[in-house]
Amino acid sequence: MKALKKITAIASSVALASAMAACGNAGPGGGSDAKVSGDEIVLGVITDMSGVYSDLAGKNSVEAVKMAVADYEKKYGDKAVTDKIKVVSADHQNKPEIANTKAQQMYDRDGVDAIFDVPTSSAALAVANIAKQKKKLFFDVGAGTTELTGAQCNAYTYHYGYDTYMLANGTGAALAKAGAKNWYIIYPDYAFGQDMNKNFVAAIKKSGGNVVKSDATPFPNDNFSTFMTKAPGLNPKPDVLGTMQAGGDLVNVVKQYNEFGLKKKGIDLAVGLMFDTDIASIGVDALSGTQFTTAWFWNLDKESRAWADEFKAKTGDRPTFDHAGNYSAAMQYLEAVQRAGTDNADKVNGELKDHKVDDFFARNGTIRAGDHNLSHDAYLVKVKEKADMEEESDFTELVKTIPADDAFQSVADSGCSMG
Amino acid sequence: MNELLQQVFTGLVSGSFYALLALGLSVIFGMLGVVNFAHGAFYMLGAFGALTALNTFNVNFWLALVLVPVALGVFGMIIERSMVRWLTHLDPLYNFLLTFGLALILQDLVRLKYGVSSQPYSRPDALNGSLNLGLFNYPRYQVFVLVFSIALSVLVWLVLTRTRVGMIVRASTERPELTNALGINVSRWITPVFGFGVALASLAGVLAAPMRAVNSGMGGDLIIVVFAVVVIGGLGSVFGSVAAGYLIGMLTAVGNFYLPSVSQSLVFVLMALVLLLRPAGLFGAKEGIS
Repeated sequence: MKALKKITAIASSVALASAMAACGNAGPGGGSDAKVSGDEIVLGVITDMSGVYSDLAGKNSVEAVKMAVADYEKKYGDKAVTDKIKVVSADHQNKPEIANTKAQQMYDRDGVDAIFDVPTSSAALAVANIAKQKKKLFFDVGAGTTELTGAQCNAYTYHYGYDTYMLANGTGAALAKAGAKNWYIIYPDYAFGQDMNKNFVAAIKKSGGNVVKSDATPFPNDNFSTFMTKAPGLNPKPDVLGTMQAGGDLVNVVKQYNEFGLKKKGIDLAVGLMFDTDIASIGVDALSGTQFTTAWFWNLDKESRAWADEFKAKTGDRPTFDHAGNYSAAMQYLEAVQRAGTDNADKVNGELKDHKVDDFFARNGTIRAGDHNLSHDAYLVKVKEKADMEEESDFTELVKTIPADDAFQSVADSGCSMG
Repeated sequence: MNELLQQVFTGLVSGSFYALLALGLSVIFGMLGVVNFAHGAFYMLGAFGALTALNTFNVNFWLALVLVPVALGVFGMIIERSMVRWLTHLDPLYNFLLTFGLALILQDLVRLKYGVSSQPYSRPDALNGSLNLGLFNYPRYQVFVLVFSIALSVLVWLVLTRTRVGMIVRASTERPELTNALGINVSRWITPVFGFGVALASLAGVLAAPMRAVNSGMGGDLIIVVFAVVVIGGLGSVFGSVAAGYLIGMLTAVGNFYLPSVSQSLVFVLMALVLLLRPAGLFGAKEGIS
């Protein structure tokens, strides 16, 4: 009796397995003459829906991708490769292991053709790895690490918008050249912070500046008083305090920088990475005049404002550069599918190779074949005075445009070899 | 030397927050035997209370410093009456779960309304600028926080040791049955003590609003250290939790100065050592409020 049960169990599981295999064959990617796999194009957005990055990315990133789909459909109408385009999303809670699982689910089960956004560097690297295994496309917008297009680059992963090199090079080099010789850097002790520190130190030295000291700070941390009292006593006295903190920690740093009156002591503040959402948290008054580098800002020019107006009408918020980057990336992907006439990843890859991009987000952009990084104009900006703001979220004004070739690390230096 | 003194002072300021939070946590544990996991959430609510008071009712910082703790203290009493009370006679695990769940709910409600980004709250004008303390200048607001929290801790200490109310609270903590038998209604004091602990946490939150990031997660990050503080000071020990609060503040500040990357682990190393060598805490008696 027992033996019989066992045999039935084995038999039924074998049957089930072969049935599943059959399904797999007929599923996405199965039909060879179909233009698009599974008869539809599916865009997946993996992002932070409730954690620290959910305001600067989150549900509005999904909305941005949906806007790109709508604009694509409007532009091509009947000529579009397919009229069935779907957007799905998932919350990765900024955890690499969750991002890993969600990416596998999306590619395998939901028939997703390309994944977008994925803030948090460690999570982005996890998804890049899955993209490589599954040979499906991945456009990272939200994460900053240069590893995505450096040592860990692969043929199916693109980095679209910004990276730590761009931020460091823009802010560090510009301020060092403008006379900020001595720097004191504080950075949160995790992958992004260490990466930022490394790139800032390199950029400052290259431009003739000197890093007096860099300190790793605990993360998360609400008390930076120690570093604020330490700064003026360093030898030589720093001209600039460079903070690589993000989110709530950045708010703490700026509040305490002001409290300790470091500006009056001749120590300026430079911020490594800042989003509009951060400026809103800290308050414009506390930040006026602070310079930082950004991939884009909504009040850049007429074209950008037009898109930002549309975005606001849909979401009620002004977009961050992450939102704009997601729109642009999704649009470039769909355009490439249109040119290729199929959503086959390798064929789309061919269409993206050294493709020139010039939209409201990416100016003088090139999707570089050598490392899959999008190089485009970046902007050194400063926080406005309250009196100069045209509306509640009008925080930044342009100091100078950093041309695409200077803004990003060259392919030769990236350390990427596309296998 | 001057530099070290400055770091010690910095430590005392951040210790003020640990002390106020640990004090409330300790009093609640002593009286009810409940480890209040929602304590960090009440701290966060305190900061948001100050924010709402200012933005909606145009109530300034000074008034908020009084009104918000009172309002949240009452809220705490309602929670004790309606929920905590029903679980105190069961395994302590039930109140663990209740307060932990409560913390998550409160946090999510705030997140629903304000998102995850921090909210701006500025310092009261009178406390802008810095104060000359002889050896060094220090931000006026932080000096205020330190003086205020020390004064408050001393006041609580006096109330507990010198007044009849304090005597009853201490007696009910140490020998509840005996105190009951002597004709004192112990359960009558449980609700106000819980409310008082919550009020202290929200007061710390109001104090934090002008100098720290105000967001739904602010309590969750802090409370882990506060639990370590309470363990180091001795669970249920009022003096111990306050002293340990300032001690841990100084330890992290000096640690930040010399060894920034390990300063936060120092707290937990100390906690482990205390648990190994003096399981009742540095200042803890075997049981009850000392």
